[in-house]
Amino acid sequence: MTGQDKTIPVLEIRGLQTVFHDAQGAWPAINGLDLTLHKGEVLGLVGESGSGKSVAGFSVLGLIDPPGEITNGEVLFNGRDLRKLDEESLRQLRGASLSMIFQDPLTTLNPVLTIGEQMVEAIAEHTRGATPDLRRRCAEGLARVGITSPAERLDQYPHELSGGMRQRVVIAIAMLNRPDLIIADEPTTALDVTIQGQIIAEMQELQRESGAALIWITHDLGVVAELADRIAVMYAGDIVETGSTDDVLDRPRHPYTRGLLNSVPGDTAAGEPLRQIEGSAPPLSRRPAGCPFSPRCDRASDMCLDQPPPPEADANGRVWRCYHPLPEEEAA
Amino acid sequence: MMNALHADAGPTPPPVLEMRALEREFTRKPVLAERLLGLLGRQIDIPVLKAVRSVDLSVHEGEVLGLVGESGCGKSTLGRMLTGITSPSRGELDYNGKPVTELSGQALRDFTLDVQMIFQDPYASLNPRQKVGDILAEPLRVHRITRSETETRKRVDEALREVGLDVSYRDRYPHQFSGGQRQRIGIARALIVEPRFLVCDEPIAALDVSIQAQVINLFLDLRRRRNLTYLFISHDLSVVRHIADRVAIMYLGQIVELAPAARLFAEPAHPYTRTLLEQIPSVRNRKRKFHAVKGEIPSPLKPPSGCAFHPRCAFATDRCRAEAPLPRDLTETHRVSCHLFDNN
Repeated sequence: MTGQDKTIPVLEIRGLQTVFHDAQGAWPAINGLDLTLHKGEVLGLVGESGSGKSVAGFSVLGLIDPPGEITNGEVLFNGRDLRKLDEESLRQLRGASLSMIFQDPLTTLNPVLTIGEQMVEAIAEHTRGATPDLRRRCAEGLARVGITSPAERLDQYPHELSGGMRQRVVIAIAMLNRPDLIIADEPTTALDVTIQGQIIAEMQELQRESGAALIWITHDLGVVAELADRIAVMYAGDIVETGSTDDVLDRPRHPYTRGLLNSVPGDTAAGEPLRQIEGSAPPLSRRPAGCPFSPRCDRASDMCLDQPPPPEADANGRVWRCYHPLPEEEAA
Repeated sequence: MMNALHADAGPTPPPVLEMRALEREFTRKPVLAERLLGLLGRQIDIPVLKAVRSVDLSVHEGEVLGLVGESGCGKSTLGRMLTGITSPSRGELDYNGKPVTELSGQALRDFTLDVQMIFQDPYASLNPRQKVGDILAEPLRVHRITRSETETRKRVDEALREVGLDVSYRDRYPHQFSGGQRQRIGIARALIVEPRFLVCDEPIAALDVSIQAQVINLFLDLRRRRNLTYLFISHDLSVVRHIADRVAIMYLGQIVELAPAARLFAEPAHPYTRTLLEQIPSVRNRKRKFHAVKGEIPSPLKPPSGCAFHPRCAFATDRCRAEAPLPRDLTETHRVSCHLFDNN
């Protein structure tokens, strides 16, 4: 199902680099990203704040504004390099076959337009049709994400809906044009657990039905464990480990992945100290020369401080960047 | 005598703080038009939000009491009432057996200093224009705890060391620190007056996963070293399970279940607690089918009739819609407010 699939991947990222400029220079927020995603696949992109996971999502859609700049790499979407497309062709794709769901539904929706106006706009941008037809499609879209009395909701404004409802509207808009790829950036982080559960259930259902590929960007390992086929772990602009969900979470090779898993209460007996990672992630401007995780890593050697480790892979398609990976046998 | 009373459970430490039927409402003042109508003898209808509705709860010496609920359930308001930041609308709050409202002089000063709060947002809770040293020294100066500047300085340095920060940080401003470090500063500020009781309001919610673990470890460590009592407010059940001795579950202003942590997670009784436990995503689960609880959290402006959870509860009966359940004890330490557990 994964690496060996012969069909063209929905998304293939090669060596993608995005930098941010300031008076002192250009600092890479993502640093040579490689990623492949097939039809119907769910990829969990995991990292802490500042790891570059959101920048990665924005970069795929070409939504990087100055002082940010995409400086290198290819983003192949159904075989076409998005970086070679002009702004107009990109705009045709965005919201149609390529859509994004953002973290905060209140700032994503326009407060002075009704739900219906915003939804119709999203369809009308890409297809022709009479407004009543479009509105009917919008109402169907709302019903699919579990919104009751959808026809009435179309005439309401975002502020009249709860946080969970708003995020459902955003998801409905993202699904309207049957996209091949959805990038969801922390879509449930701002929501309560019970509402998060509802949204995840609905996203699973929608994704299964439509066969769209999904990148779910989050800091929450628990959420990706329940959702994702594969996981990519980011640290300071690099994907430090990627592989099947079971491999990465049950048998991590990279010390950072192991450290993240240890930081979550669960395996440690209640009341006992958690096995913490010391220190904190480096800012963009103070990225170490070698492995970015080396200053916090208890396995680091001189080699780690000099040269960033190259990617290494095993037979299952798992890739890690570490000179001293954890032994293969180790299970969680 | 004590042991004879609690033959099987061992002596229960005395409650440090005890809440009885504690309530807090929020409302607004009538606008001019409403006041005029009021003067004319008309009925004016100003909405009243009941943030906390009749809470009975006690926190015992040396324990960590976890308080869990979703946004808007009143958990922060409850925490703020315990520290005296917000005053209760109704009900009683006792500190060491004496009503807080009757405290004065030295007793009031003790209460003020003994009960300290740690806030959620380490960005908003530190004054950006004060140096860390001044932020930490302020409580000492205000309450005239130290006698000289040298002594103040010594206490500030001790507090920084205690939370794992370098003493040279005293001359820096909050913006020069990461979120985790700022939260440590917030903890140092609470500790510097040597409190006995800490109200921690979502103290790790704004932090990254790897930093959360560091701060949780700091809380565990401080508890051991200083024999502190905590009210630990959080929406994150896995963190509460790790740190708390007892857990109270709050829904729409009321405590719906209270039990020792191990028991609550092994045998949750209230349908809402069970729902919450099912909804926590866990790294151990794979591709689980979520059975989402229906509906949204109702507005505290218009709480549902009867049991507040009935519109979302799979087991709701006519009785739940009509009659609010009273808390009942399942065991000596496990209390739940739900009609399902009615013996008759």
